[in-house]
Formats: sequence, structure tokens, C-alpha cells
Amino acid sequence: MTTPTPLLRLDGITKRFPGVLANDSVDFDVQAGEIHALLGENGAGKSTLMKILYGLYNQDEGQVFLAGEPADITRPSDAIQAGLAMIHQHFMLVPTLSVAENVALGLADSGFLVDTSSVADRISELSTQYGLAVDPESNVWQLAVGERQRVEIIKALYRDCRLLILDEPTAVLTPQEVEELFVILRKMADDSRGLIFISHKLDEVLALADRITVLRDGRVVGETKPEATSKEELARMMVGRPVQLTPDKKPSQHGRVRLAIEGLQVEGDRGRRAVNNFSIDVRGGEIVGIAGVSGNGQRELAEALAGLRPVTGGRILLDDTEVTGSTPREVRGAGLAYVPEERMRDGVVGEFTVAENLVLVDHNAEPYCRRGVLRMRNIAERAVTLVERFNVKTPTIDTTTRSLSGGNIQKLILARELSAEPSVLVASQPTRGVDIGAAEYIHRRLVEERDRGTAILVISEDLDEILTLADQVAVMFEGRLMAVRDRTAVRVEEIGLLMAGSGA
Amino acid sequence: MSDFFTMASLVFVVGSGIRLATPFLLAALGETIGQRSGVLNLGVEGVMLLGAFGAYYTILETKTPVLGVLVGIGVGLIMGVVYGLVTVSLRAEQGISGIGIFLFGLGMSDLLFQKQVGTPLPIRGFDDWHIPLLSEIPKVGEMFFQHSVLVYLAFVLVPVVAFLINRTTFGLNIRAVGENPAAADSLGVSVARVRYGTIILANLLAGLAGAVLAIELGIFQQNLTSGQGFIAVALVYFGAWRPTGVMAGALLFGLVSATVLQWKTLGIVSGAASSITAMAPAVLTIVALVIITRTVGQPSALTKPFDRGS
Repeated sequence: MTTPTPLLRLDGITKRFPGVLANDSVDFDVQAGEIHALLGENGAGKSTLMKILYGLYNQDEGQVFLAGEPADITRPSDAIQAGLAMIHQHFMLVPTLSVAENVALGLADSGFLVDTSSVADRISELSTQYGLAVDPESNVWQLAVGERQRVEIIKALYRDCRLLILDEPTAVLTPQEVEELFVILRKMADDSRGLIFISHKLDEVLALADRITVLRDGRVVGETKPEATSKEELARMMVGRPVQLTPDKKPSQHGRVRLAIEGLQVEGDRGRRAVNNFSIDVRGGEIVGIAGVSGNGQRELAEALAGLRPVTGGRILLDDTEVTGSTPREVRGAGLAYVPEERMRDGVVGEFTVAENLVLVDHNAEPYCRRGVLRMRNIAERAVTLVERFNVKTPTIDTTTRSLSGGNIQKLILARELSAEPSVLVASQPTRGVDIGAAEYIHRRLVEERDRGTAILVISEDLDEILTLADQVAVMFEGRLMAVRDRTAVRVEEIGLLMAGSGA
Repeated sequence: MSDFFTMASLVFVVGSGIRLATPFLLAALGETIGQRSGVLNLGVEGVMLLGAFGAYYTILETKTPVLGVLVGIGVGLIMGVVYGLVTVSLRAEQGISGIGIFLFGLGMSDLLFQKQVGTPLPIRGFDDWHIPLLSEIPKVGEMFFQHSVLVYLAFVLVPVVAFLINRTTFGLNIRAVGENPAAADSLGVSVARVRYGTIILANLLAGLAGAVLAIELGIFQQNLTSGQGFIAVALVYFGAWRPTGVMAGALLFGLVSATVLQWKTLGIVSGAASSITAMAPAVLTIVALVIITRTVGQPSALTKPFDRGS
């Protein structure tokens, strides 16, 4: 039996960055009509490989073959011409332009004038054909996340792409939207297109892909089919050792309410109300998870709790003490610890050393400071202890924090925050962009902290994370609390509907 | 004061206000195109000075105003290529590069003037073109339809630039590159090529604005523009990055300048007071910008160099 010529074949692709071998002679191929999943941890080289394919980077060694012919793709325009399209994790849309204008942008056959009306007609055709509901006249900034992704898919279909690369396309979708997306992707594959599906979500890869290739440290470590493998095996291939995907967790022994949020109102960056009459209680010894699609007020809620954003209404109580409108330092003094979602922007100072970042909260108090002078020996001692206790992998405590991996930076932040023995911990996106090994560790630490009696509020856009960690699952939509469910009573479909704003 | 509120005085103020608005308008239209693609050019003033000197000297030598206009445009084109090289290809910081261009233009135009001309001699520009029929309407004709061809050109460019930005493929590329250059790049639109295009257009119009200024005044001197290029940059913000808004701003400043001029002529203000009144346009700029902080229309990628790797 002869296999047909693959639509795409990558042969021995190698890409070096200073000090890093991002891709090490990677072989990969996609057949027409196939969805080929590319699985790997952050930093495994998935994105680099796809950027090479799309002409954003150029490989140091190796060759790309399209339909059996060697292809030199040095710029995105080469890739587009060759029938490739890529849907990036961060959408490549211009918010101020209409849907039709976004689709028309860069079209090779457009003349002097933009013919948006004929573009709009074609968009409507594609919408019906593939079930991609979107209004060509609306401006992109008005669209919800799911709709924006449909615009990206239409962009690819409009150019009649033969090969579509999807980089973590489900990261921002509700479970229902993921299902709809998968139906559309299957339809595209049935039109004998080839699809490359990049993900680190094992369930999704198993549900969607025809074939799975796993990358680790820039190398292909295995190729398999969904029916021949399991979540555990895939996780082991990705990480290189057996992984415990869900932490051991006893039922929560919750105590009294330690964090009480009552009718909270918070404004967003543009003066719009981002958190609207939001009330929830978190008891000691339990984890409350807030699920929701990105941009529904989660960031503003977390910042308000940490004292970083003014509260325009309602109250926040920490162990029965009102902290509404307190400064971040006062809130911390009252027993709150905070793991921010933007760890490089809000969590650490990238240029500081590990030791300096570990002391940031206590740097003006004994024993780390006396009469305004830092006491380096005490700071270093503490850093050594914490690095060891929290398993932060760093060459030395004087290493610049920026050079650590995301997972280790997150462990560093967790170490600093938990060393204060807080009564309440607010953790935003605690494992976003963190490798599985570190995520496993962070989850275990959070459960341990719960068992110590801390009240924990986890805010995450990753529903799986919420379902793994939380004892109580809350859903946030457009700044409002849609519902709170006991973890044991949760139905995923219901949570998905609530995340999309319906079903309450 | 009562002298000011006469029909003749009003006609004069409106007519000369429109004429004074012309250099502002041309330069600000160019700057609008540049900023919509994400490029801030603070060097407008310097390019205007060079364009003004180029036009002045050409007309002084050849007595041909059309040639002067072309030289002004040509000077702008060269400066555009230079600015593109510095900010797009070399990715230099735009604010600082623009100030460099301004200082270069200020010094260079004066040096050339001192070397080549020395004593200011007047030049003769275009005769006013009285538009048939329209110019014969009493008062209205005098205010709007008895201007130099350059004035009409500037105002015709307002819808032309609006059309370019909103309806053409190049305009779509400009808006995309100014808002999200990575998105444009991912669709095969060359960010560098688009920005070179807009920078050259912007500088070309700045050079033309300088030429118009020199021709309308019929003279050149050191720092002839006295800040008009900077006000043109401010007008882009004032006009919320829209050609019609920019035109409204340019007209406002033209009218205020004409009013101040008329007050001086009529002796309503004099001496130190007239100097203070001369600041009115600048003060008005600041006040207007503080009141109208319409950051909504600001291109997201303004002043940000594009680098695919990052």
C-alpha cells in the first residue's frame, strides 16, 4: 500500500536561538483531510516550528515540502501564497476595522479600492456553508471572543487555505464553543484540507485529532493515534516522567468565612463597570474557583481584592475586618496573599534576582531591613530556604528572575506569598503558561494550603483547572456572579452555558 | 473694538483666516496619514522650513512659482526617505528622531539662506484665482473664492485624504498597520512598505506646506514657520485623526490668527499686549487639547516600531 504524498512534510527542521536548541531535526507531516495534533509543553518548540512553517522565522537546517515539492517560505506572504493559514493564540485582528475589512486586508487580488461589499457577500456564503455565524458589517472590537475566532477561521477559508495551523485555539472558549469549533474543524478536514492543531489540553487532542505528535525539548518524542493511547501516556510523553494529573484531595474541612465579598462594584480601565454587585464567601479550608471567559471582570475583581483597584461600591471583609479601599500593604497586613495573573508585570520584577523578588513584600521590616539598610545575609538565608521548600529550579539565588521558566517564576511567587502564612489567598490564573510538571506542583501546594485552613479563591479561565481544584465552583459573566455550585453537583454543560451568559 | 465688528473687517478676517489655515492644513493632513499608520513625525516643522526655503530660493532664481512648489514637494520627499530610514528600517525612537529632523531643518534652512541669499528679497507667487461666478457673490465670494490656487488645493485634499484612508486598499493597510501591525504582517502586508509610503506622503505634504507658507508671505527668514509645524501635529490630535476634524482645527487656528492680526492693524491691541495676543493660537491649542482628550481615535500602534521577532 502506498501512502499518498502528504500535503505538508517537514524534514529535519532545526532552529537555534542563542543558548537554546528550539527545534532539533523535527520531522512532521500532514495528509489532506487529516487533523494532526502537535502536543507539547510550553517551550517544547511547537510555536517555533509553526512560525518557521508560516515564514515568521527561518530554519537553520531542514526543508519544508508542500505537496511533495520543496518550498522556501521566508515570509508570511510566501506561506499565504502557498495556501497556508494560521490562527494565532492571540488573534491577529484589527479591532477598529469591520469584519469585512479584516478579511479583505492583505488580499492579493484587491485593486486600488477596497470592495467590502463583495467581500461581505462571500463572507455570508462561507458563514452559511460552515455554520460560522458572524455579521460582516460589525466592528471587531464589538465582537465576543468566540465570534472573533470565527472571523479568524473565515479569513483562512476566504483565502481557500489548504493547510490550517491552529495555535491553542480553545484557550479562550467555553466548552460549548469548543464543541462547535471542533465540528467546523472536522468539516474543513472533510473538504480535504490539512489541519495542524496545537494544544496542551489532552482531552481535546484525544477528542479531535486523527494523529498526535508529541514534542519535548525541541524533539519529536513520539507519534500515536488517539485510539492507541491515553491521557496518562500522553502526559508522560510530554513531561518525560509519569505525571499525576489530579492532586490527591480529601473532602474540604471548611471552617468559618474568612473572605466575604458583599455587593462589590469595580470599574474597568475604560470606566465601564467591570464587576457588578458581586457577592461571595470563601471559608477557611476550602477552595472557591471562579470560572469564566476572559474579560468578564475577573482581573478587576482580583485587583480590587488586592487593593490595586478602587472599589466603587460594596464591601470586602477579611476575617471580619473591613478592608474595602485599603492600600495593598494594608490588605496584606490583614492577611491576604495575592498571586497576580500577569506574573511578569505584577508578580515579580524581572530584572531583580530571585532573592530580591522573594523579599519584596518584607523588604522594609526586620529582620531583612534595619534603619533603612537591607540586611543581605538574612535575605539570602530566607531565599535559600524558600527556593528549596518550593522546589524553585534556579542556578543560584542571585540569578536574574527573568531568565527562569514561567513555572519556576510562578513557584517563586507562590513561595513569597505563602511564606507570610496568609489567612486568604487570591490566585489568578495560577498555572497559565506553566508546564505540566510545575502546574502539578502548584496544584498540590494549593490543596495543601487549603488543608492548613487558608481560604483560597482561584480565578481561572481554564475550566479544567477549576474543576480540578475547587470545592465550590462559581461562574462570572459580564461582572456578575451567575451561580455557585458545589463541586460534587457540577454539570460541565451547565457551567459552559453560564460562562456564555445563559441558563441562570 | 467697534471697528472690528464691521462687515469689511469680518470679510477680511474670514478671507485671511482661510489663507493662514492653508499651511497648517497641508502639514496636518500629511501628519494624519502618517499617524494613522502608527508613525509620529515631530519633524514637520523642520521639513516645512526646508520646503519653504527650497521654494523661496527656486522662485527667487527662476521667477517660476510652479517650480518652487515642486522643489518644496521634492525636499519633503527626500526628508521622508530619510525619516523612513531612521524610524522604520533602523527602528529609532520616533519622538527623538522627529526632534532631530526639526533641529536639522531649522539650522540647515537658515544656513542655506545666509549663504545663498543673505538679505531677504521678496518673491512673487501665484495670482489669486477668482473662481468664475462664485467669486462674484458679494462678501461670500471675497471670503471664499478669491484665493491662490494653493489654498483651493489644500482644501480639495481634505476629501481626497479621507477617501484614501477610508476607501482604498492602501488606506486599509494604513489603518491596519497603525492599529495592529502584527495582524497586517501575518496577512502578508509589509508593515515597512506601508509606513515608508505614509512617511513619504506626510513629509511631501509638509514640504508643500512650507512652500505654500513662503509663497503666500513672499519672503523667507530664519524660523519662518515659528512653530506652525508643531501646531500641525497637535491639530491631528485635535481632529481625532480624521481629515475633516483636522480641517476644522486648521480653520479655527487660521481664524484666531487672522483675528489677532486684524486687532493689531486696527490698534485694538498694541505693544506688549499684541505680543501676548500673538500667543493666542498656541494657548488655544493647549486648552483645546486638554478639553478634547479624545484618545479613542488614537491608533494603538502610534510611535511603536514594528519588529516581527518580538
